[in-house]
Amino acid sequence: MATLTTTPNKRQPKGLVTTIVGYAVLIFFALVFIYPFVIQLTNSFKTEPDAAGNPLSPVPNPVSTAGFERLFDGDFGLWIGNSLLVTVVVTVGRVFLDSLAGYALARLRFRGRGAVFAAVVAVMAVPGVVLFIPKFLVLNQFGIYDTYAALILPLLVDAAGVFIMKQFFESIPLSLEEAARIDGASVFRTFRSVVLPMARPALITLTILSFQGTWNEFPHTLVAVQDPNLFTLPRGLANLVSGSLGSGTQYPLKLGAALLATIPVAIIFAVFQRYFIRGATEGAEKG
Amino acid sequence: MSTVTTAAADRDDRSAGGGRPAHRGSGRRRPRFGRGIRGNEAMAGWLFVLPIVVILGLFLLLPILMAFWVSLTDWRGQGSPFKSGVPFVGGDNYTHLFTQDGLARRDFMTSLRNNFYYVLIVVPVQTALALGLALLVNNRMLKAKGFFRTAFYFPSVTSSVAISVVFLFMFANSGAINGVLSWFGIDGPAWFSDSRGLIHLILGLFGVDSAPAALNDGGPLGLSWWEWLSGPSVAMCAIMFLVIWTTSGTFMLMFLAALQSVPVSLDEASELDGATRWQRFRYVTLPLLKPTMFLVLTLGLIGTWQVFDQIYVMSQGNPAKTTLTPAFLSYRTAFKDLDYGEGAAISFILFVIIIVLTLAQRWIMRDRDEPRRRFRWLR
Repeated sequence: MATLTTTPNKRQPKGLVTTIVGYAVLIFFALVFIYPFVIQLTNSFKTEPDAAGNPLSPVPNPVSTAGFERLFDGDFGLWIGNSLLVTVVVTVGRVFLDSLAGYALARLRFRGRGAVFAAVVAVMAVPGVVLFIPKFLVLNQFGIYDTYAALILPLLVDAAGVFIMKQFFESIPLSLEEAARIDGASVFRTFRSVVLPMARPALITLTILSFQGTWNEFPHTLVAVQDPNLFTLPRGLANLVSGSLGSGTQYPLKLGAALLATIPVAIIFAVFQRYFIRGATEGAEKG
Repeated sequence: MSTVTTAAADRDDRSAGGGRPAHRGSGRRRPRFGRGIRGNEAMAGWLFVLPIVVILGLFLLLPILMAFWVSLTDWRGQGSPFKSGVPFVGGDNYTHLFTQDGLARRDFMTSLRNNFYYVLIVVPVQTALALGLALLVNNRMLKAKGFFRTAFYFPSVTSSVAISVVFLFMFANSGAINGVLSWFGIDGPAWFSDSRGLIHLILGLFGVDSAPAALNDGGPLGLSWWEWLSGPSVAMCAIMFLVIWTTSGTFMLMFLAALQSVPVSLDEASELDGATRWQRFRYVTLPLLKPTMFLVLTLGLIGTWQVFDQIYVMSQGNPAKTTLTPAFLSYRTAFKDLDYGEGAAISFILFVIIIVLTLAQRWIMRDRDEPRRRFRWLR
């Protein structure tokens, strides 16, 4: 019965209505998800009274860069420098060390390999928020609390990265490595000249995830340093905000700082979007 | 030679596309080299994993042990906690939180209550929203699919601190949110200074403005029943909006990937059989999404018990401790009140809560064909 009544002719108008409703809902949510960034962008160019009075307006009236000027008069340049330094060192370290370990766990035979891999998996299950005090204790004990080493060393490898690289190396064919080894190349040489070039997509994914993760990292900096000269961008920004909690002052400046913290990740996201999406959905797709 | 390189290039392309086979047993077929090379391999193997073993050992495993020791002491941040002068208090830091009436227990129980309501609302809402968006974006007829996917996912990759600043501005008393509410004639609350609980507010609509005597005196673990039943505060609701807004995109991608593996023919067949849209969703699509649903729910459950950055930036546990969570409380107790033992004890209890939830999920999922997960949210 039902099949007879839903002939294509009758369905056409109903289909149109659902399509329109579908688009309306999608556009509504797209606005909800995007408009906060519009607010962030436009309000950072407003004057303080304008931002307080017309927070929703997408047009600054008048356009003012006073917030940014004050930002760069302060420590903002320093924060950016620290963030860049930490992010670059950590990303390079992670890409190199994670892929070395991932390769060893995927391909090389050595006693204890199973135990190391089990430990890596166990480490991934440790929730980050319970590590605040432990990290502080160890940095304090080693006497490197409040140094660049404290900002960088604990982040230098990540278990998830090792896991991703191991999975990847297991998926590439053995034949080329075998050929290189039979020709007498050392393990490291085989790794560097034969394996790594084939691992480009996985390396890009790892680079992007590390960059994004480290650039955005906040709680680690909170327990690793307290010297304002060592603040990274998220730490400086958090300090800026929690200093004057609840008061509506200086919002163009704060939003400008937030904007500049968002831009690098936004650019990388725009360029390498498919790697981000692959990173996030790797799990959900059929493994 | 050329054939070999083409094969490698093919392989490269395929893995760039996403899916790749990962047989559990595939690691077992290994080349059998001679003894000499194998010996060389063993040494290289250890050299290759040495950096990660050392760093994870020194900055993860060792610190956890150190923190466990500190949780048994009354160390106040003076000198090293591993010298003989530090007072050893045994399990006192733990029992303070559960059995001894006092500020420590009140704060801890308040933080558990707050986080419980937070989980109770955030997990279902973000899951439903993610699924809804994925279904909309997955529509075969939809144009600009990529644009919508990007729009919904982008908040997930940005800095939690930066985005908290933006939401703080939006939820200001005369901010964007209250501006939108005023279009509908609603007088928005003063979000971050409003400590009234949602359930209390709803009861207030029915004339129950203050605690009935039965609920006000007595209650388990140092809080009265009336306090336990407050619901999330208005301030906490603002933080929940932010978190749902940031995380839904990631979970939408997971649902989307699962939806794209549902064969179109299945949907068409049920359509021909006369199933309505709702029936097709309920009896065809939803059962196929079950593994992803479980994954999203557990990742949500684990993640929501770890909320910290947003609390730190937006509210610092205020107003009236209604946005205090165990993670923030442990930070505050250690680094502001300098009671490192108590702070460490709180983190270990939080650790246990999260591990129990993870194991419960493993147990529920034990026989299912579990999708391989990215472990980003477990950290």
